[in-house]
Order: sequence, then structure tokens, then C-alpha cells
Amino acid sequence: MLLDRKLLIVTGKGGVGKTTVAASLAWAASQQGKRVLAVELDAKGDLDSCLIGPGLSDAARPSFQPKERHPNLWVMAMDPEESLKEYLRIYLKLPIVTRVGFLSGIFDFVANAAPGVREIVTVGKFAYEVREENYDIVIVDATSTGHIIGHLDAPQAINELVGVGLIRGQTEWMREILADPVKTALVAVTTAEEMPVVETIELIDSLKNKMNVHLGAVVVNRVLDEPFTKSDLALFERLAANPQRLHTALGANAKESQALVNSTRMALALRKTREPHLEELLSVVGKTPTAFVPWLPDVSAGLELVQAVATHLGDELGW
Amino acid sequence: MAPKTSISEALGGAKIVITCGAGGVGKTTSAAALATAAVRHRGGKVLVLTIDPAKRLATALGLSSLGNTETRVGVPEDSPDGSELWMAMLDTSASWDDLVRKHAPDADTRDRILANPLYRNITQRFVQSHDYIALERLHDLNASGLYDLIVIDTPPSRHALDFLDAPARMAEFFSSSLLRWITLPYRVGGERVGKLGYLAAKPFYQIADRILGSQFLKDIAEFFLLFQTMYAGFVDRSTAVTALLHAKETTFVVVTTLDPAPANEADFLLAELNKRRLNVGALIINRVMDVNFAEAGSVAAAERLVEPRQQTIVRAVKAEPVLTAAEHRVATAMAVNHLRFAAAANLHRLVRRRLRASGPTVQVEVSEQPGDITDLQSLVELGAIMWPEPLATRST
Repeated sequence: MLLDRKLLIVTGKGGVGKTTVAASLAWAASQQGKRVLAVELDAKGDLDSCLIGPGLSDAARPSFQPKERHPNLWVMAMDPEESLKEYLRIYLKLPIVTRVGFLSGIFDFVANAAPGVREIVTVGKFAYEVREENYDIVIVDATSTGHIIGHLDAPQAINELVGVGLIRGQTEWMREILADPVKTALVAVTTAEEMPVVETIELIDSLKNKMNVHLGAVVVNRVLDEPFTKSDLALFERLAANPQRLHTALGANAKESQALVNSTRMALALRKTREPHLEELLSVVGKTPTAFVPWLPDVSAGLELVQAVATHLGDELGW
Repeated sequence: MAPKTSISEALGGAKIVITCGAGGVGKTTSAAALATAAVRHRGGKVLVLTIDPAKRLATALGLSSLGNTETRVGVPEDSPDGSELWMAMLDTSASWDDLVRKHAPDADTRDRILANPLYRNITQRFVQSHDYIALERLHDLNASGLYDLIVIDTPPSRHALDFLDAPARMAEFFSSSLLRWITLPYRVGGERVGKLGYLAAKPFYQIADRILGSQFLKDIAEFFLLFQTMYAGFVDRSTAVTALLHAKETTFVVVTTLDPAPANEADFLLAELNKRRLNVGALIINRVMDVNFAEAGSVAAAERLVEPRQQTIVRAVKAEPVLTAAEHRVATAMAVNHLRFAAAANLHRLVRRRLRASGPTVQVEVSEQPGDITDLQSLVELGAIMWPEPLATRST
């Protein structure tokens, strides 16, 4: 079961609704009484704002220090510099307060010059929260499909590059947590469109070949329902060809009933384009649990959408 | 300078067009579509430099191998005589190698850099290195003088502006005092290092050593010592690239959809571009839902069908049902579907109003296109929607 994991890493091509899905998973887990930490990697504040309910002020920006936005649901924004400071405080026992300026100088050097360090203090932070069992589950709104490999690969890369040293010593337990399918799962979010599907398939391939992270679920977001069955399609064409009856039945004028015909045609055309992409995706997904979340344009963005998506995910993935 | 009033005016005289925007809004397709329109309206030699092309888009343009070199593709039928359309992709690794070959002071340094494990790691993994190298390529292609117009889409960045700062950051990095510190203990026979300098660097060095380990630190230092031999070249280039971005003939085109998140990103991007005094030519708004879907009469008609209570009333009013039960089922399905599209159109209308107020003068709407871009023809059609009018004839 997906929500029984300790760490979920949510990825997807830009624009597919990755953040909404991450927020929905976090919401669903917290509704089950789990203590949840939701982490936003690019600190734009989108994860936080879609979890903020109407009762909470959205003026409060997300911070590295987790904030309890709902009972059992904490939200934090990743900040590699803060993460490195925390790391140094824990492992080097540095008197942090007196040396902040000096440390940010070190950070500039370490993060820019030494490859993979920015990534590893990021991965290290959420892996640390998992290791310390500070929460029941950590859900990460991660980088897009194109960058996720580089991120999660950082412990391995550091391991290859660095012979000894403190960082090297830290990579082993991170790799163990990431590679443990009982603890950790990747959630790939896509839509049934060409490029998101292509990127998801590429991700699945590189997971098979290179990466030691288990794919826990594929979420196909914004799925357009088939408006009607094949036999009803013929009926629709007859109605569309003879709009007078539709006008009368709808109590609408010609323009209004034409709008209904047009929106139906748009839905049919979109489905026709997307179907082969969906089939291609399903052919490589294999046994991985796959959830279809319908397109919900009538649900307003924010907590309401998060709750609706959480319900659909629960129906599809079985909780 | 008077504001531009049409996309022809905004792009007609441009030598470089840079499309940027959030992920998934159609940047690459928009760049290619604009290039086909430019060929038709302006003629000449037009190059599309793309970072991450859809495979089918490449195939559509008749491109089979995805390489770093420019490939000539077919032009739209009604292009002026002698016009050419070219396409190139960015191979980050190969471009970095080219750069090293060009700037390394001697063959030995060149080979040592290319063989350095950190070099491979940095150039392939650093997202920022993609940003930087994309602009390097743009600079080279522009300097070659082979093209009248280069349309480039920006790398997928978490923050779409990272690439703009890449040259400055790269130059700053190579001149940073921290880099001097880290290489300090390894500089042999070169410049004389003051004792004071070494003492200042010592605590920093001890901590870096504890974090990274001395061997790794040594590897890093060696790599940067090698790389610093190209320092002057890098700084010059970085200055040149920055100047190119600000040139009069360079125009930015912001691409977005009317979904709230990418639209917010577009707002932010437009503000930042203005702040940097970069020239924003147009805003392209993709995937706009037909406003007629949100029109009140059709929505009311759909609601009457969907909501059971009102439906009963309608049925009671009618002497005999107009539709058969099966037709009624179909009509209800249409109504359910319509209400969804109406909601989407409504949201788009609200976001559209906001962008209209905050965006640049030239804004182009492209309605939701249900089909994929599968061939040159569909790309040309998209380009014609974005840039419909031919160039205005300039009266002198």
C-alpha cells in the first residue's frame, strides 16, 4: 500500500499537476491519522498554497521550519543552505550562531564547486526525517521528471567521486533508505498527453536501468471521461445533424445547443488524440498500481481540489 | 520607443527570439511554430534551436538524427524564394567539450580537463550548466552570421529565469575568492601566496576538508586549477552573451496557458524581464478554452438537463417528450461534459482578464488544439494562428 511507505517522492513533467497530487497524498495520509511531513523542493510555495484552507491566511510563506497546516499535516519548503547548516550543526557540532556568515561562504563554495552537494543536502534532509522517524510518512513534491534522476542519484554519484570524508560516510544510509521498496516509493504523475507520457516512459526505463528507487504508483491526472458508449456516439451524431430536436428538448436556442455540440466534439477529439498515448503508457507500466484522476475543472483550485483528488486516488489505489 | 501593436511589429525585425515560460505550456512547439511563420513572412534563413524537442516534432520536420549540428528541414510551401528553415538541438556534453577545445591554452590542459572525472560530472549533472551552454551556443550561432533569425526555447528550469543569470554566475564563480582559497594549497610554482592569505583560508579549509575529505578536495582543486586557465575566455564570453541578451534585435516571447499556476509564472517572468530591461515582444497564450462554452444560456440549458429536480419540471411542461430515452441519455451526457468545459472556459476568462492588464501590448491567443503536432503542415497552421498577418510595408 502506497501510504504505508515512509517516503513518497512525487515527480512528473511540468504542468501535469504534480504538486496537487503530492498535496492530495499528504492530505489522504493525514486523514488516516498519520503524522505527515509534506516537503516542497522548489520553494515557490505552490504546495503550501494548495494545502491552505479558506480558514488559514495565505500570507504566511512556507519555511524550512515545518508548519502544521492541518492536524497531523506539516509543510516545509526545502532550502539547501538551511539544510547544510542543520547538517553541520548535527554532525560537526559547530557553534552555528557565531559563524553564520562564514558558513554561507562555505555553502557557496560547497554547493557550487563540489558536484552533487546541493542535491545531497536536499535528499539528505528528507531521508534524515525518515531515518529519525520524526513523521509517519514524508511526502516530497520533487523536481520534474527530467531532473529527478540527477537528484536521487546524488548519493551514488558522491559515492563514486569521493573516497573518504564526512559526506561519503553519509551517503550509505541515504542510499539504503531510497532503495528500500518497503520504505520508499516514487510516484510518477502524468497526463494522457504526448510529452508527459514520453517523459514518464523514459523515467520508467531509467528506473529499471540505473536507479535503485522503486516505482510505487503511476497517476494519470486530468483524464477526460468518455462522454458516451460507441452506440450512443451514433445517436449523438444524429442529434448533432438534426439540431432542431435538441433545441426543443433543451429549451435552448440554436446557438446555445450548438455550444453543447461543440463542447462534446472537443471532448471527443481530445480523447481521440490522447487514447494512443495512454495505451503506450499502460503498455510499459506493467504491474505498477495506476490511478486515473478525472479532469476536475469545476472544482476550485486549492484545498477543495486537493480533497477531491485525494478521494479519487483512494478509490483507485485502494485506501 | 512606442509600444509594438502587432506580432509582426514585435518579431519582424528580430534577430533572436527567446521563448520562455513554465514547464508544459508548449514552449518548444511555440518556438518551432513561430519559426515557420517567420520563414513565411520574412523569408531568409531561420534556425530553431531547441533544448528538448518532442520526438514527433523532430520527425515532423524531417529530422531523423538528433545531433548538435544544424540540420536543414523543409520550408512551408508559401515561403519566399531562397528561404531556409534549420533546426538544431542542444547536446550539453558535446557543447562543453567544444568550449574546452576552443579555450584551453594548450593540448595538454585540454586533454587533462576532458579526462577529469569531475568535469564530466559537473557538465552532465549541473542543471545550471545546461542553462549556460544553451546561451553559449546561441552566441556562437549568432556570431557565425549564417542566420537571419534564431528562435530558441529555454531549458526546462524550475525557475524559468535561471538561464538569464547563468553567464554572470559562471563568470562570478570563476573569479570567486572561495575558488582561490580552495586551490590555494595546491598552487605550486605559480603565483606567490602570502602567508596571511593562507592563514585566512585555513579554518575554511579545515571545515571543507572534514565535510568533503582531502582527496576529493584535491580533485576539485585540480579541476578548477585546470579550468582557471580558461578564465579570461569565460569572462569575455559571459560579457558578450549578456550583451546579446540585451541587444535591440533580441526579443523575448513569454509562453503560458490560462491555468493559474503557469499564468502566475508568466506574470512573474514578465515582471523580471522588465526589471532587467530585456525586450519583451509578445505573450503567447496557448490552449485557450472557447469562451462560448461559458456563455450563460448554454450553461443554463445544460444545468436543466443535469439537475434532476429541474428536469422533472421541464418534463412536466412538455406535452410529449421530444427525445427518446436513449437520446435523452446522450443529451444528458453532453450536458455533463458541457458543464466541465464551461467551468474551464470560465476560469480561463478570469485568468485572461488579469493577464490582459498586466502583460505586454502584443498578446496572442491560441485556442485549445485537440490534435498533436504531427507534421510540418500542422506546425505551419499553428504558426499562422500565432502570427497571422504579413509584415507591414514600411513607408519611409
